Amino acid sequence: MAHAPGTSLRTDTHEHLSIEEVEAREKDRRARHQSHDRIAAVLYPVVTMVGVVVLWEVVVRAFAIPSFLAPPPSQVVATIIEHGNLVLKNTWVTTVEIMLGYLTSIVIGVPLAFGIFMWPSFSRTVLPLLISSQAIPKVAIAPLLLVWFGFGLLPKVLVAFLIAFFPIVISTAVGLASIEPEKIYLARSMGLGATATFFKIRLPNALPSIFAGLKISITLAVVGAVVGEFVGGEAGLGYMLMVANGSMDTPLLFAGLIALTIQGVVLYALVEWAERLAIPRRSTAATAALQSVTG
Amino acid sequence: MASVAKDIRVLPAETARSEPEESPYVEFKELSKIYATDDGPVRALDGISIGQRKREFLSILGPSGCGKSTLLMIAAGLLPASHGQVSVQGQRIGAPRTDVGIVFQNPVLLEWRTALGNIMLQAEARKLDRTAAERRAYELLDSVGLKGFEHKFPDQLSGGMRQRVSICRALIHNPPQLLMDEPFGALDALTRDQLVLDIQRIWNEARMTVLFITHSVPEAVFLSDRVIVMTPRPGRIDQVIDIDLPRPRTLAMRETPEFTGYNRQILDLLLARGVLRER
Repeated sequence: MAHAPGTSLRTDTHEHLSIEEVEAREKDRRARHQSHDRIAAVLYPVVTMVGVVVLWEVVVRAFAIPSFLAPPPSQVVATIIEHGNLVLKNTWVTTVEIMLGYLTSIVIGVPLAFGIFMWPSFSRTVLPLLISSQAIPKVAIAPLLLVWFGFGLLPKVLVAFLIAFFPIVISTAVGLASIEPEKIYLARSMGLGATATFFKIRLPNALPSIFAGLKISITLAVVGAVVGEFVGGEAGLGYMLMVANGSMDTPLLFAGLIALTIQGVVLYALVEWAERLAIPRRSTAATAALQSVTG
Repeated sequence: MASVAKDIRVLPAETARSEPEESPYVEFKELSKIYATDDGPVRALDGISIGQRKREFLSILGPSGCGKSTLLMIAAGLLPASHGQVSVQGQRIGAPRTDVGIVFQNPVLLEWRTALGNIMLQAEARKLDRTAAERRAYELLDSVGLKGFEHKFPDQLSGGMRQRVSICRALIHNPPQLLMDEPFGALDALTRDQLVLDIQRIWNEARMTVLFITHSVPEAVFLSDRVIVMTPRPGRIDQVIDIDLPRPRTLAMRETPEFTGYNRQILDLLLARGVLRER
């Protein structure tokens, strides 16, 4: 079989080099590849975004689409600048609701999962209730919470909490339970006590699973807070969206959506950052797995 | 834990090889294990009685499902027997033994700890002196050819390297007994040969009592003072074979007529029991 032209060319260029030189070349080539990948990881999405925005601007102007239907990006930017204070203030309100709801769901969800894992009878009592409670759409509970707790901060925090806490409970309980039995046998043969086994082996073993739940939950907490504001708010991005919608102020609607998006991405990144701090090893393995999926 | 270690030191000399029948180091008496399953009770072990001498390398060989691993778990005090008992130096065991080192078929390393960190877990659990334990961990890693890999994480090591780390972890506290459950089962042939040699050397230097569970006839013959051949389920002791070969044993010795004779003897037994079929 004849060599493909590319292959034979590559061997030819290496023929006059020593093995060390080839090694150096390969190392260099790999470094160039990696830096190229890093640049591409930032550049590609940015270029795509810019392309979409430009296309949007051009289409809206070319077809003279009225701005209450689809405002051009330039107008959205102008609105954000004009109403900067309003957007920032409402973003802050929503952020506080999200964080309070999210932290509550961690503070209640993680110990609840510990209980479910440690006491089977507790698990048998609580788990069916928990699962059936998930069948109720939280959006449908929001009006009830409004009746009970008024228009203030609390009902929004509660909706965010109710939506966010279930994935945390389940992923924590699953993480604690899924461990090779040999790890526990080893701990016992070492004379490691129950508490030490939990903190040295079982909990670190569960961390990747716990963080998977935490990452799902932060996005859900955003949804919960906004839904709470939809139903009965007097401030916050959800409230701002309702007001903008009511007055057909579509540019402000878009400004709100952009603020929500940025907020969601930043909060998610914060959780990921916490994950990297907590499990430096695993997250690199997970990143490698992710890279192999995304190419 | 400390009291167990003391007991071992004051052990009288007559437990040495000369008088095995009088007071074996570990003794299984009429040991049976029955598992309750959906298809009714399954007898995994049936009436196992045998004594292991101090310093003896004892292998248990048999087909899958003959209860070998169950026997090791009971010997470690990690599983209760359904009937009968295990005693160590005359004392019946009723709780997980901490005077052993255990090596499983999988290395069972903690992914978030380095090779050194995994070994040090044993030292931390036993509250050994940190500096001395760390020095010993470095020595052990060096002795199994892992010098320079101390700070690698398990996902940066090959399967054979990981199993060597798990062997080091089982040795750092100088346990009087080592329990190994098919430790080389998941490794390639060359790595197995190397580890078999390593284990022989470690056993010889550390003067330990080893209970070794295996599927491999040549490995059992190579390493053991005695090989117990088990019957298929329910696991009973079929035959106990004394391996009378000079030590230290070498790879070349595997070609000698004595060595192949032992192999043949065990294979014939497995053929006779229908564990192996030639036609």
